[in-house]
Amino acid sequence: MKLDLSIMLFIPLAFGVIGLFVPERAAAKVALLSTFLVAAYAVLYVVDFNSSSGALQHVTDETWIAELGIHYKLGLDGLNLFLVLLTGILWFACTLWAGFQEWEKPRYFYLHLGIAETAVLGALLAQDLALFVVFFDLMLVPFFFLTGIWGGAKRVQATMKLVIYTLVGSLLMLTAAVATGVLAAAGSADLSFAFSDLAQHPLASSSQEWIFLFFAAAFLVKMPAFPLHGWMPDGYRNMPLPVLALFSAVLSKVAAYGFLRICLPLFPDATQHFQTLMLLLALASIIYGSAMAFTTTEARLVLGYSSVAQLGFITLGIFALNSQGAQGAILQAFNHGLVVAPAFFIVALLADRSGGSEDIRDMGGIATRAPVLATLFLIVTFATLAMPGSSNFAGEFLILLGVFQSKIAIAIIASTGVVLAAVYALRLFIVTMHNRTGPRVESRELGVRDGLVLVPLVLAILAIALYPQFALKRSEPTVTGGTPTLALKATP
Amino acid sequence: MIAAAAKIAGPHIDWAGLSPLVAVFAGALLVLMLGLARSRALRETVVPALSVVTLLVAGALAVGQWGERTDLIAGALRLDELTLVLTVLFCVAGIAAILLSWRHVAPREAAHGEYHALLLTSIAGMIVLVAAQNLVTVFLGLELLSIPLYVLCATEMRRASSLESGLKYLVVGSLGSATFLYGLAFLYGATGTTDFGAIAQVLADGGDLVTDPLLLTGIGLSIVGLAFKASVAPFHQWTPDVYEGAPTPITAFMAVATKAAAFGVMLRLFDVALIGASVDWAPALATLAAATIIVGNVGALGQSSLKRMLAYSSVAQAGYMLAGVVVASRLGLQATVFYLCVYLVMNLAAFAVIVARERETPLGDDIASLNGLGTSRPLLAWPMTIAMLALAGFPATAGFIGKFYLIDAAVDEGYTWLAVFIVVGSMISLGYYLRVIAAIWMTPGARTAPVPIAGADTPLLAGGAEEATGLRAQGEVVAVAVVFGVLTVVLGVVPSPLFNAVRDAGAALGLL
Repeated sequence: MKLDLSIMLFIPLAFGVIGLFVPERAAAKVALLSTFLVAAYAVLYVVDFNSSSGALQHVTDETWIAELGIHYKLGLDGLNLFLVLLTGILWFACTLWAGFQEWEKPRYFYLHLGIAETAVLGALLAQDLALFVVFFDLMLVPFFFLTGIWGGAKRVQATMKLVIYTLVGSLLMLTAAVATGVLAAAGSADLSFAFSDLAQHPLASSSQEWIFLFFAAAFLVKMPAFPLHGWMPDGYRNMPLPVLALFSAVLSKVAAYGFLRICLPLFPDATQHFQTLMLLLALASIIYGSAMAFTTTEARLVLGYSSVAQLGFITLGIFALNSQGAQGAILQAFNHGLVVAPAFFIVALLADRSGGSEDIRDMGGIATRAPVLATLFLIVTFATLAMPGSSNFAGEFLILLGVFQSKIAIAIIASTGVVLAAVYALRLFIVTMHNRTGPRVESRELGVRDGLVLVPLVLAILAIALYPQFALKRSEPTVTGGTPTLALKATP
Repeated sequence: MIAAAAKIAGPHIDWAGLSPLVAVFAGALLVLMLGLARSRALRETVVPALSVVTLLVAGALAVGQWGERTDLIAGALRLDELTLVLTVLFCVAGIAAILLSWRHVAPREAAHGEYHALLLTSIAGMIVLVAAQNLVTVFLGLELLSIPLYVLCATEMRRASSLESGLKYLVVGSLGSATFLYGLAFLYGATGTTDFGAIAQVLADGGDLVTDPLLLTGIGLSIVGLAFKASVAPFHQWTPDVYEGAPTPITAFMAVATKAAAFGVMLRLFDVALIGASVDWAPALATLAAATIIVGNVGALGQSSLKRMLAYSSVAQAGYMLAGVVVASRLGLQATVFYLCVYLVMNLAAFAVIVARERETPLGDDIASLNGLGTSRPLLAWPMTIAMLALAGFPATAGFIGKFYLIDAAVDEGYTWLAVFIVVGSMISLGYYLRVIAAIWMTPGARTAPVPIAGADTPLLAGGAEEATGLRAQGEVVAVAVVFGVLTVVLGVVPSPLFNAVRDAGAALGLL
């Protein structure tokens, strides 16, 4: 049994529990140490990654519950490597940000953050369907508490809505997962939920179809995608900021990742069958998200709806069902996480400077005395709108390339999404930073804490913009071949 | 000569096999006698302590028998791992109930000796019931378990609702018993035998017996009778009233132990004796399971009394477990027994917290009694939170594994639609389980200074909850809550020991 992935996986949980027994003032430091360790681990894994192999690396495989055929199997490959890195980096950044703030009951706050990180890493690393479901559902519990205890004015309603929406999806997924295991084992002797075993016993097309829909429901709610995003506005309004940044930047990606890891390889027939439906949903998300992001005046929701649109792009790439699309989706998932988290922090800074209001009509003219902040925001904005030269450009380009190869009509409409992104991203920047100075705006430069969190994140955006090949090279073998992880079929 | 000696000696009795039952009966008698003592210390401390010791001994004896599979008393009882695992379960539930009712008002009012003797007798009845191997013993066990419980429900004699609860349970329970007995009579009439093994044999041999109206009536009436006991919809209406009125420790005991006993006998009756007639009962039970899941979960939604809410939740959980009975496979049986164990752990944690808050606040079992618990009493808040998450089926708790197992069993036998019902039920259940968690962590407790209470019996209005009585629940109540809360998580992460026990129980019944 190789321990290394397990150590990284359980560091946040263990430190969260340790944090319960230290003085309240030290809880943040313990949490910071744990997230730093995880981030360091993640960086080491990226460095250590054998980019010529598409197979799983650092595999841990133990039987967890023999009777149910559930394995404790973890592994890294091109699909999850960068999402693990993203989780590590952003959790560290958000914990750092949170550490400068006073929280009521800080020990519990950091405990829940720790549980959340373990759950997210678990869902990303799991190579067993049941284990994935366990961690995927577990992710919800800490966010239920984080929103409900430390959230905004309507936090209890918001968190109930969030949990019920997402758990409805998750429970359907649970049934589908059990059915997948049981039906796959019908031909052979042993029940096993490991992905590698499931892939060897493809299901009948008819079973694949309902199972695919159940999984898709869970993932689309979590993202959120267009018709299933009802929890999003209230949820986003009421989450405390570092938590919101994590939710939007990381958790939505786990859902997108679920499609790549589970639906495509395990249900290839159903994936083909529902390809057009999924592409249309993605398209609807792009257009609806962009339109809402352009019209809403709450800064958080601008970012929230822009995430809906961006996740639409990622879904589009996944369901192009070719390697360009998949690679673009992975790259774009990483990019979007890296961009949206600092964007949320900037919104918090803007609200600080405009008398606590997060309405963009109360902002304006903030750039006057804060050139550094404005510069950082501009970089983030350019990345959001996929300026040529940014890594987001590479991601969206690959996605569109992939879709052009499979469905031209959809690709043409989707291209307008790129333009729409420019419209809402620039609007947010112009209205808040320039324009007429808002009534209660006091422009000032960013402080030490803000710089400490924002500057490294923006540097990371720049770095990946200069060299997106870094990510693409490592995800390529897994996506394109070498292994049958992804049953991608090029459609004529 | 030898034959004559055997005749005089009566049937061979395997005393080792009967030892758990003997221990419980002996303990009951001893406790009843001790309850007559004049010394108050003896009555209030030694009697409960002795009852706990009795159950510990009985549980240990049961564990010691592990691996035995024999018939006892000429085939009246069956000793196998299913009997043993459920015996241990009853003992655990009994110990928890005794700890929760130590220093509670109910045993004081009903006299300690009687209270504990009744509890132990009821446990003995449960053991007989789940071990029963023929129709007569089944009924004997059922009555032995029910009659003490009717009395126990009414032990808070100065509270009208407790008396009402006892009376209601007596009337409805007797109706259920009578229906069941009538059904058993029909079964005997159709098959000509009372022994479970012989009934299964007759059904396997006789080709058109499965369409015999006599048998169908028998099956129908016994389903109804057992449905009353296990609070399966639409025969569940007594449950919320009885659960709400009974003393809370007794409610806890009824919720977990009675349910386990009812399901134990269902497994033996339907999945073993009547397995040949499954075409008759499977559709009926499946329909009842689906209805129970929906009725229970919807009923729980609007409740503000925690005991009523848990009563409806227990109805819903009965529906989940009934699904395990319906599939009638070894996997289904194992899943049912597993869920019974998990259900015990989750519910005892929740009920212990309710007992604690009933003593600490004047709000009784209202959901408002939990407000702000996360800040004021973390030791109570965590077990309750874990119990609610587990009941809702969140991962990393035992409830998730239990539900996973049930869904697995259902899908495996082609009952995917029933699995979907389980899942839909769980979705509805979020509506009320999360409300409890929100009360604990997200609603501030009233932090007013303790107001002097004018007249002890003046009901306090809402808002004066937090520590207004200035009381703290006793250590043993908190201990029960914490132990079962921890167990809920431990079984959710390391379920293998329980799986092993359950697998033996499944193997004992010889299902496929």
